[in-house]
Amino acid sequence: MALVRDGDRTVMTMANDFHGEPHDFAIVIPVPTLITRGQIHIADKALIDHLDAYSAPRLVEYFDYDPCRMYAMDRMPMSAPMNAQKAAREESRARSLGVTIEARYTVGEYDILILSATQSNGLETWLRENGYTIPPGASSVLGSYIRQNMKFFVAKVNLGEHEKLGYSYLRPIQVAYESPKFMLPVRLGTVNAAGPQELFVYALTRKGRVEATNYRTIKLPSDVDVPLYVKEEFTPFYKALFSEQVRKENMSTLFTEYAWDMNWCDPCAADPLSRQELRNLGAFWVSNDPNSGGAAEVFLTRLHVRYDREHFPEDLVFQETGDRQNFQARYVLRHPWTGSSDCEAAKTYKASLRQRQEKEASNLASLTGWNVNDVRRKMNLVSTDTPADKKWWQTIWQ
Amino acid sequence: MKRFDPRLYQIGALTLLLLYGLTALDFDTTWFRAALVIGAAIGAQWVCSRIWNVKFDPRSAAISGLSLALLLRSNSIVFLLAAAGIAISSKFAIRWRGKHIFNPTNIAIVALMIATPRVWVSPGQWGNVAFFGFLITCLGGLVVNRASRSDVTYAFIAAWSAVLIGRSLWFGEPLTIPLHRLENGALLLFTFFMISDPKTTPDSRAGRILFAVLVALGARYVQFKLFHTNGILWSLAACSLLVPIIDVLLPGGRYTWKQGGSSWSVSPQWRWHFVPGLLPRIRSAAFMSQRAMPRFSIARRRWRSSATAIAP
Repeated sequence: MALVRDGDRTVMTMANDFHGEPHDFAIVIPVPTLITRGQIHIADKALIDHLDAYSAPRLVEYFDYDPCRMYAMDRMPMSAPMNAQKAAREESRARSLGVTIEARYTVGEYDILILSATQSNGLETWLRENGYTIPPGASSVLGSYIRQNMKFFVAKVNLGEHEKLGYSYLRPIQVAYESPKFMLPVRLGTVNAAGPQELFVYALTRKGRVEATNYRTIKLPSDVDVPLYVKEEFTPFYKALFSEQVRKENMSTLFTEYAWDMNWCDPCAADPLSRQELRNLGAFWVSNDPNSGGAAEVFLTRLHVRYDREHFPEDLVFQETGDRQNFQARYVLRHPWTGSSDCEAAKTYKASLRQRQEKEASNLASLTGWNVNDVRRKMNLVSTDTPADKKWWQTIWQ
Repeated sequence: MKRFDPRLYQIGALTLLLLYGLTALDFDTTWFRAALVIGAAIGAQWVCSRIWNVKFDPRSAAISGLSLALLLRSNSIVFLLAAAGIAISSKFAIRWRGKHIFNPTNIAIVALMIATPRVWVSPGQWGNVAFFGFLITCLGGLVVNRASRSDVTYAFIAAWSAVLIGRSLWFGEPLTIPLHRLENGALLLFTFFMISDPKTTPDSRAGRILFAVLVALGARYVQFKLFHTNGILWSLAACSLLVPIIDVLLPGGRYTWKQGGSSWSVSPQWRWHFVPGLLPRIRSAAFMSQRAMPRFSIARRRWRSSATAIAP
């Protein structure tokens, strides 16, 4: 999910990692205002991929790594819509249920409806009758959004268009709207989810870092020395690290993984986004005139949250802060010197190296929750006992 | 028996919260910055005491400094120093009838948030894992205060809970939502250490209860109509401007720290007998306001005579 925000203007880009059949895909998202056709756009998937690559947690050296491509969004799992009904019939049935189809658009490969409703039962019935599988309990959540005068953005895949366009994946949907609410509705997604949900929020703002106002937002541990073999296992390492941090924080925080001025990076996991890409994402204040010099004035915050109903009872509310300090989640690999030499300094170095590797092992164990002995084994640290480490009694009777 | 100064308890409690925040909650600040802002507040108190010629007492300044260290964030040290300066000098410079108008920490934060986008307050920084620990620490303050002016705290908590729970009931939301909003360290800090400031709340009990309700309603407006963060801070600053009017309509005893917790310098009949005399009082308020308004100004040494009331 990318959120571009300045003042009351928001552009939301919803990407997803949906792997099923296109006809199984559907989303229902509460939105604060009515959305017209011009406010909806289908984006290029490469935009979000680039944003992800640019901001992903990284090893400090430029080793190849597998950026963790785990998008998620607030999505209600739903089954395929039934046979298409006549629009008119649909609308009159909708009216009788207190549901108003405010607008109906086909944009790219999606059929999009903007619904408003007067009662949650009616909306739930309408969604069910139109083939959406609504989880039990969704009705009360829908009801609270209805009372707040929110509209519902409902999208499903238009199979004909999808086939015609020929994409093997679903492209991100973009919605631009103006509202003082700077929030993400996540409650629908937690109603019947089998387990915790995962969400990445890429916030692009003008002033500075974005954080949640109703949950703690903390930085992922960073700048930690880890064993060299992490290079080969970066994705499992990062997944284990994130899970362990979520566990330590009792699944009640959001994690900042990246916060950086979009004009540069160091080290760069990928090039910063171009002005055109930023505009495509919705950063309306960025000039696309190649001759206009100066900085792009975009600050990127990448937030990662794992949430469920118990730990995240209310929707995520954000604020833009004045914080422009750069932060990245990065992990340091230090290659030991492997030459051979007998000088005194080499002995000291080797002794210190042992300690350093021991520290790397315990760092890794603490970051990921992995067993320290397994880590040692993988590092080929046979024994951790150096003479200096031995207790005094261990040498008496030898 | 000499009464225990409630400010010492506050300093202890706020220090504990700050230490906890810096070590366990990853507050977005550093030890250096926290020490700097506390030092700056005490320094500003010393300077202002010299200028206004009153006895230097660091206790209230330490409370303001600790509160700023707990709440205000900025990349720039200049803004943190400015906050300490505004907080302390506001006590001396913005006064009405011998009483300062704004809670020092509150006005410093609000003034800077208006003036620059480079400062912010993170209401989410506390999480709600250690909420009950915070609650106990804060409740301790009430015990030490001997509930002297805790009425404003109770009234605010009641009014704010009513706002949040009422809103969720109206929207058909589960009660876990208002409870989650209430289990917030920032709210506790505000309720027990900021709005309860006896030097800036109305003098009478009825006035304080009215004030607390107004602050809660204002916060509701900011948070749920304007969808702006930190509704309680904005609302307190705005409602503080009403305190002189409330004091005229509903007069009561003036608080002084020296007498500790339950000090009242006016006979108790003033506390509750305001209703029968309300109309004449409004008339006299109109008269008094003509007399009193010129005194609401920023000037040096005008209140030298009320030195004991200036210190905090």
